Amino acid sequence: MVRFENVGLRYGLGPEILRDLNFLIPAHSFQFLTGPSGAGKTSLLKLLFLSLRPTRGLVNLFGRDISLLGKNEIADLRKRIGIVLQDFRLLDHMTTYENVALPFRVIGRDESSYRKEVIDLLRWVGLGERMDALPPILSGGEKQRAAIARAVISRPQLLLADEPTGNVDPTLGRRLLRLFIELNKTGTAVVIATHDINLMDQYEARRLVLHQGRLHIYE
Amino acid sequence: MSRTDEHVPLVDLGHERPQVPARARTHSPIVPRASIAGRALVAVVAIMTFLASITTGAVLLISASASQWQSDVASEITIQVRPKVGRDLDRDVAAVVDAMRTQPGIVDTRPFTKEESSALLEPWLGTGLSLDDLPVPRVIVARVAPGTALDLSALRKSITQVAPSASVDDHRAWIERMRSMSGATVFFGLGILALVIVATIISVSFATRGAMAANRPIVEVLHFVGAGDRFIADRFFRHFLLLGLEGGVIGGGVAMLAFGFSESIAGWFSGTPVGDQFAALLGTFSLRPSGYLVLAVQAVMIAAITAWASRRTLFATLDDIE
Repeated sequence: MVRFENVGLRYGLGPEILRDLNFLIPAHSFQFLTGPSGAGKTSLLKLLFLSLRPTRGLVNLFGRDISLLGKNEIADLRKRIGIVLQDFRLLDHMTTYENVALPFRVIGRDESSYRKEVIDLLRWVGLGERMDALPPILSGGEKQRAAIARAVISRPQLLLADEPTGNVDPTLGRRLLRLFIELNKTGTAVVIATHDINLMDQYEARRLVLHQGRLHIYE
Repeated sequence: MSRTDEHVPLVDLGHERPQVPARARTHSPIVPRASIAGRALVAVVAIMTFLASITTGAVLLISASASQWQSDVASEITIQVRPKVGRDLDRDVAAVVDAMRTQPGIVDTRPFTKEESSALLEPWLGTGLSLDDLPVPRVIVARVAPGTALDLSALRKSITQVAPSASVDDHRAWIERMRSMSGATVFFGLGILALVIVATIISVSFATRGAMAANRPIVEVLHFVGAGDRFIADRFFRHFLLLGLEGGVIGGGVAMLAFGFSESIAGWFSGTPVGDQFAALLGTFSLRPSGYLVLAVQAVMIAAITAWASRRTLFATLDDIE
């Protein structure tokens, strides 16, 4: 599903922050991406989400060489990827329900066809009573859950999550991890970037460890 | 990859499923209208449309008046018979009238009497002055059948044969001056229209860039969820199309009302030298129905230009937002 070959990344003329990355993310797989702060976890997620282009090497996503993709093709590929960012990126003028349903609106689905699905997912992440609330009045944890729900609602083939349990209590963190596991069972490949050792210990999965710009894989 | 059917829920809560409250917002606009500096843009488009409509209306009025004057003047020729020593002026005038009546294409010939000719000089010489001793020329006005091409040189020849002091004026020089004046007016009007359209495009481009900058976070999120540039541009485009239409309707509507009430407005100035002069030149300022249609089409055209300019800017700006 994802193949990196000798990938390097630098910002501007600065030092290379990711070096010689060689790895595969198979379909249906589940992995944690970890490493110290500043190791480049978020940059690697952005490479996977096509927000950044590598300064060298080959990135192949869903069988496509990303260096050959145009803007429209990138938009099409992103419909197959869900992402949860640390700053949530919710739209403040839309309700929680509308934010979560946004991927369906973008692909032009009728509201009646996804209404039940969105409501069920919001309930599952503990936002059943906050569906009509606007993001500015949500707590950090609620925003994070709304962002996760938006990322998983369309059941993407690849889910990327940057510290998805960073703002929630351990109980809710376990519940969210269960959601990711359920999603993985339905066929989604999951990459969770986290510092949280407890979270990683709760589920036996492959670990991708970034250290000094290089990636070490523990199967 | 084996995937479950997309319509099977990811999590099923059975009977515990809550309902969205009856008044819950489920379909808010993706780009909120309030985030676009709408009022300023509507005002700009309205003002531009108003200026364009006034310009076009004025050009239409002047063109219509000019063509009216031209057709009036072109349907007449004037023969002036000057007094000459040794000749009887009344007999020369009668001879010219007889000669004119035999010309093909002349439908009516009317010689001005001595009194009428004298009256023509009153604005310059005043009243109560005896003109008997002055060599006042006599004027003969002949009406030409519409669409007739007169052979003026033959006409001149036959008239000077009977009255050597007669001269024929077909007002060609006057018509040429009228034609060039109305042409210059139309050209000037088109120049103003071009400036108005360019100013509209620049204003709309700035407004679009401003709206895109204000809504950059929304554009980024839409990119995150896989929206293409066309989808995003369409969300903004609707707003700009509506703003353009609103501005076009206001500006065009006010201009139409101005022309609609122009007769009353002209009435306020009647009796004043300026008002009378304008009335003599342009009539009552009232546009024909086809003129109003032109103004309506122009307002729609300016709205369309607004939409086109915003769409062009949208795509250019989206290229810069990852």
